[in-house]
Amino acid sequence: MTCCTMDAEGVLAISTTFISAEEIALVSHSLGEGLRQLDLSVPDVHCGSCISTLEKAVSALPYVRKARVNLTSRRVTCVYAEETVEGATDPTGIIAAVNAAGYRAHLFTPVAPETDKTRNQLLLAVGVSGFAATNIMLLSVSVWSGADAATRDMFHWISALIAAPALVYAGRFFFRSAWHALKHGRTNMDVPISLAVTLSYAVSLWETAHHGEHAWFDATVSLLFFLLIGRTLDHVMREKARAAINGLARLAPRGALLLSSNGSRRYVPLDEIVVGDEIAVAAGERIPVDGTVAVGESDLDLAIVTGESAPVSVGVGVGVSSGAMNLTGALVVRATKLAKDSLLAEIISLMEAAEGGRARYRRIADRAAALYSPVVHLLALASFLAWGLIDGDWKHAMLVAVAVLIITCPCALGLAVPVVQVVAAGELFRRGIMVKDGSALERLAEIDTVAFDKTGTLTIGRPRLVRLEAAHEADLGKAVGLAVHSRHPLSQTLAQSAGHVAAPFDRVSEIPGGGLEGMRGEETYRLGSAAFACGVDPAPSTADSPLSEAVLSRNGEALARFFFEDALRAGAQDVIKELESGGFGTLIVSGDRQSVVDSAARALGVGRAMGALTPKQKVDECQKIGDAGHRVLMVGDGINDAPALAAAHVSMAPATASDISRQSADLVFFNERLDAVPQAIAVAKRSAALIRQNFALAIGYNVLAVPIAMAGLATPLIAAVAMSTSSIVVVTNALRLNAGSKRSPVIDASRPAARGGEVKVA
Amino acid sequence: MNMLIFLIPIALLMGGAGLAAFLWSLRSGQYDDLQGAAWRVLADDEYDPPKS
Repeated sequence: MTCCTMDAEGVLAISTTFISAEEIALVSHSLGEGLRQLDLSVPDVHCGSCISTLEKAVSALPYVRKARVNLTSRRVTCVYAEETVEGATDPTGIIAAVNAAGYRAHLFTPVAPETDKTRNQLLLAVGVSGFAATNIMLLSVSVWSGADAATRDMFHWISALIAAPALVYAGRFFFRSAWHALKHGRTNMDVPISLAVTLSYAVSLWETAHHGEHAWFDATVSLLFFLLIGRTLDHVMREKARAAINGLARLAPRGALLLSSNGSRRYVPLDEIVVGDEIAVAAGERIPVDGTVAVGESDLDLAIVTGESAPVSVGVGVGVSSGAMNLTGALVVRATKLAKDSLLAEIISLMEAAEGGRARYRRIADRAAALYSPVVHLLALASFLAWGLIDGDWKHAMLVAVAVLIITCPCALGLAVPVVQVVAAGELFRRGIMVKDGSALERLAEIDTVAFDKTGTLTIGRPRLVRLEAAHEADLGKAVGLAVHSRHPLSQTLAQSAGHVAAPFDRVSEIPGGGLEGMRGEETYRLGSAAFACGVDPAPSTADSPLSEAVLSRNGEALARFFFEDALRAGAQDVIKELESGGFGTLIVSGDRQSVVDSAARALGVGRAMGALTPKQKVDECQKIGDAGHRVLMVGDGINDAPALAAAHVSMAPATASDISRQSADLVFFNERLDAVPQAIAVAKRSAALIRQNFALAIGYNVLAVPIAMAGLATPLIAAVAMSTSSIVVVTNALRLNAGSKRSPVIDASRPAARGGEVKVA
Repeated sequence: MNMLIFLIPIALLMGGAGLAAFLWSLRSGQYDDLQGAAWRVLADDEYDPPKS
């Protein structure tokens, strides 16, 4: 199967983060008897042969007792022995085995087992209400086909006995939510549902006790059954999105290597680090807590912290913030803040203050319910009074009122929104876009402005060589020869893109914060900033250039100059053009320098570009646009974007974003390309149109059915037929979303049709 | 009509058995990985039973 072959280079490039045995010990948990369980997230597994490849690869390790792949949540659960006859085992071998099989693996802390519990409770409720509905329907059909007198009464009593526990057990989701809404003085869709269910049961019971002809037990329970199916599908869909997002690699470290005063090193969890502790941060690791550099020099990549695309050099005494990636040299950092007070904590408090659009937003179904419930309840009351006053038969009037309540069937209305959203979320899931909840789709359909972060969102955060000036071709080989020794992003790009064979050097050393120095015979070659390579201050004219510069020198004399800029994300230009032509306003809000932001804006054709913004200013910018009557979609990835993501009407983040941005964004896209943004907007708009159609269908049905019920002509049989028909019409209409999308091209070919399973869930 | 005395309990028992089977399958984790199960049914062999 070709879809399973990941190119090994790609895997290696991605899984450069080293996972230590100590970190594994932190996340795995003991099962007793010397066994430990380790859960790994493996985002690339997606078909049957992936399952067998991975399970075979991991089971082949001598200390692994059990390995099982869960394809739905893309995880591997391994049970391994802490000790074998040969001594203590090294669990890093498991990750190595997964990588060797061609898959990326991330450590993963099982966050919330209770979410799975909710799913099982919902499934149980579906099972119970399904059992009750079929059995009651069986008895009801007998009644409708002519059972009467004592037989009918007995059937009604049995129905009542089956319905009672089902109502309490399966209906509790609706009752609880309705009670919660009423307590806060609001109504939602669950209020009319709960009322219809309880009232119809009570009246049916009373009728049964008085040997009445009509009982509504079947309607009561099948209403619950249908609505629970919708609710369960909705939950499963969101759960799947959440599992996919939680399965991404954590960018923030879980622990740190603590240096004690006696010189020993110990790996401790982040919470145990106190102010004044000294922490060793190797090159290639992220800074765990805010602090100052105590020993060493290095370059830090702040892209995810501040949005700054060019690395910053740091030395002793300089403050560093958590989340920054240490690029070139080993550092010892003295913690100045506790992990919970670090930069992240400030961002979280900003996010709480900014939480606006989302908290104020009322779901479309709840808004519909606010109009719908008073109308329906007044109609029922009116028919009760009218029949009672005209006819004088209050018992009959009561029956008519209940018939009105049941036949106005919140069933179709209750399904109108969630089914469309489940289908839309499944559609987006197959394109690699995760939707966290249904309201995100509703909000996404309303936006008219798109704000982008620059670094990591419009650009991919990796530099691209745009220009080089060299006197001799041979010098380029020397530059490559030096560059291959460093993990500085500029060096890595240079090594990959120059296309020259690396020239050998006798000795190469990396001077953290400066660059690379190589000896070749008597000659000293240097590659790095102009100041480092030539030993002079950089000319002030280039200080604010949008390009980053690297210089190769021999004995202090410049040989070649290389100019880099942050590479744009694939498809970014088309996306901006598409959005502009679709009538959306676009702007860039970035924490990077204004000149760099301007150059990106020019390349993309974005009119408004704001640079050098703090996280607070980004929030202000989003709120300003919101106050002007626009609805903003914020797309961002950095820690500094998180508050703006929370403040915007709706937000998206790429899968490569910082942990906190992924958590605060409403949608997360897994594609490399930026196409996900217009795709998601298009699906959201289509589903909004379908939701409106569904409401129109449901209301149209009510307009036809209510007069029949008010005239006193509705029997339980008519109600059952009408209710099912309206539900089926609404569900079928929702499925049109899927049919419509199959005609449009699926852009992301790297996510193959192997995911047909989702269609069924949707 | 006396048949009903048998038929109704039988119908309820059969329905109840179905419900019990569903509860059991849910508890034993058979719904945890629906996609994986769809693929596993095609796998040729149940590779190595756990050592120990």
